[in-house]
Amino acid sequence: MNTMNPSIAAKANMQDQGAEIPVPADRPEDTIIEEGRTVGKPFVDDPKFKLRNVSVSYGSDRAIKDISLDIGRNEVISFIGPSGCGKSTFLRCLNRMNDSIDICRVEGQLLLDDEDVYHSKRDVVELRARVGMVFQKPNPFPKSIYDNVAYGPRIHGLANRKSDLDEIVENSLRKAGLWEEAKDRLDSVATGMSGGQQQRLCIARAIAVSPEVILMDEPCSALDPIATAKVEELISEMSESYTIVIVTHSMQQAARVSRRTAYFHLGHLVEVNETDKVFTSPEHQLTESYITGRFG
Amino acid sequence: MPNKKDDVYGDHISEKFNDELTELKTQFLNMGGLVESQVEHAIQALVDNDGQLAEQTRLNDKIVDKMERDLDEEAILVIARRQPTARDLRLVISVIKMVADLERMGDEAKKIAKMAIKLSEEGQAPRGYIEIRHIGNHVMSMIHDALDAFARLDSEQALRIMKEDKQVDEEYQAAARALLTFMMEDTRNISRCMMVMWVLRALERIGDHACNIAEHVIFMAKGEDVRHSPMEETEKVVGR
Repeated sequence: MNTMNPSIAAKANMQDQGAEIPVPADRPEDTIIEEGRTVGKPFVDDPKFKLRNVSVSYGSDRAIKDISLDIGRNEVISFIGPSGCGKSTFLRCLNRMNDSIDICRVEGQLLLDDEDVYHSKRDVVELRARVGMVFQKPNPFPKSIYDNVAYGPRIHGLANRKSDLDEIVENSLRKAGLWEEAKDRLDSVATGMSGGQQQRLCIARAIAVSPEVILMDEPCSALDPIATAKVEELISEMSESYTIVIVTHSMQQAARVSRRTAYFHLGHLVEVNETDKVFTSPEHQLTESYITGRFG
Repeated sequence: MPNKKDDVYGDHISEKFNDELTELKTQFLNMGGLVESQVEHAIQALVDNDGQLAEQTRLNDKIVDKMERDLDEEAILVIARRQPTARDLRLVISVIKMVADLERMGDEAKKIAKMAIKLSEEGQAPRGYIEIRHIGNHVMSMIHDALDAFARLDSEQALRIMKEDKQVDEEYQAAARALLTFMMEDTRNISRCMMVMWVLRALERIGDHACNIAEHVIFMAKGEDVRHSPMEETEKVVGR
């Protein structure tokens, strides 16, 4: 769907030239949210994802309201905000996971490497191979560990020979920090693994098709602290090769893993800033109130 | 104790967290109040030749030390339990640092009390008391204002304290020059003038610690670290 109207296109173009649309609040104490206005630093040079004036509606309900944001190459960015603020909805726009919802309508400009994500001729399967996703609950296929990781490369035709496939599986499991634990039980059914192992297997499965971006929707919310630490460690290592967007309810996790943090509130993108700044002296009063536990 | 509803640290969803931060603030202000009176009593004991008050002041420093440990422990527990962020984090970290300043002020007051004990044993009042009284009053008002700025999170008042510290430094320099003249006039004055000089030095240090607290108040209120910054930059931060 590429339904950008001319005025939005003009506005997006203005932003491209000056990148000046989101003016920092004159009074940071201001709790009023103005549509399309984000404080902080929502834009970066040479972004992987360039998102301009994105709005998402479910029927007549607008879940995302005029959001403009850049996601940098090899950047880890966290989306935080109270439940229902639209952060997951926004995340799911990035690889068109919302397409399966009939009443969902996406407007605005979403560019991945300057190519329109919602172009009518865009191959969604290829898009999702480039932009992988890891979900809140580990969801391995009821197959062997090996087949879980090999599934994507097989359907995308990434390996011609068994030895190539073996190599992809091993590399993916290594990158996901799971090889040592799984190498002797590759034929065991994946659902027999612990929750933390299953989640890392899902990350290995996402990595196996060589994505450029990995979207993570609360990847650690079902994991214990040790498994969480392993996944976070993995995120840090993976940031050298991938762009990672992570939705999290754990403020500490956002503070630990991401370089920039974006705060969403009632469908608005209120603030985007360096993570260090967000957690020590955020610019917007609403960000401060949320991260300090004054509402949520 | 501040009214929780009006307090910028008192509106968390968790009432217990509100209570913990309020307790931290209250304990800090109590310790500050004690240090303020320690400085006052030390100066009074010196000027009035009151050995008993000086001795009491010296002993009370142990209470200040205990309050420092208690406050640090409380702050560490808040970090462990709550992982505070933003202004709450700035409060907790600032308290940990400002407590060290208060404790050092207490040490300086103890030093003055010890001098008072020595001078009272020697009898006659030396020259320089006027300067001690003057700089002492100035420094005490700085402590009071710094605690007030902390309680009200008032960065403008904190800035005024930082400017006053410059005046105290100048007053100290002027007093030191005057004492030097007395010593040159009559060498018998030297040992007592030196003691007065040390007292003035202790007061000047107390002013510096009050100034440090003021810098932390600006950090708490504005989120900007103004330590070692030129005054013009600090003014800009406060004006924001």
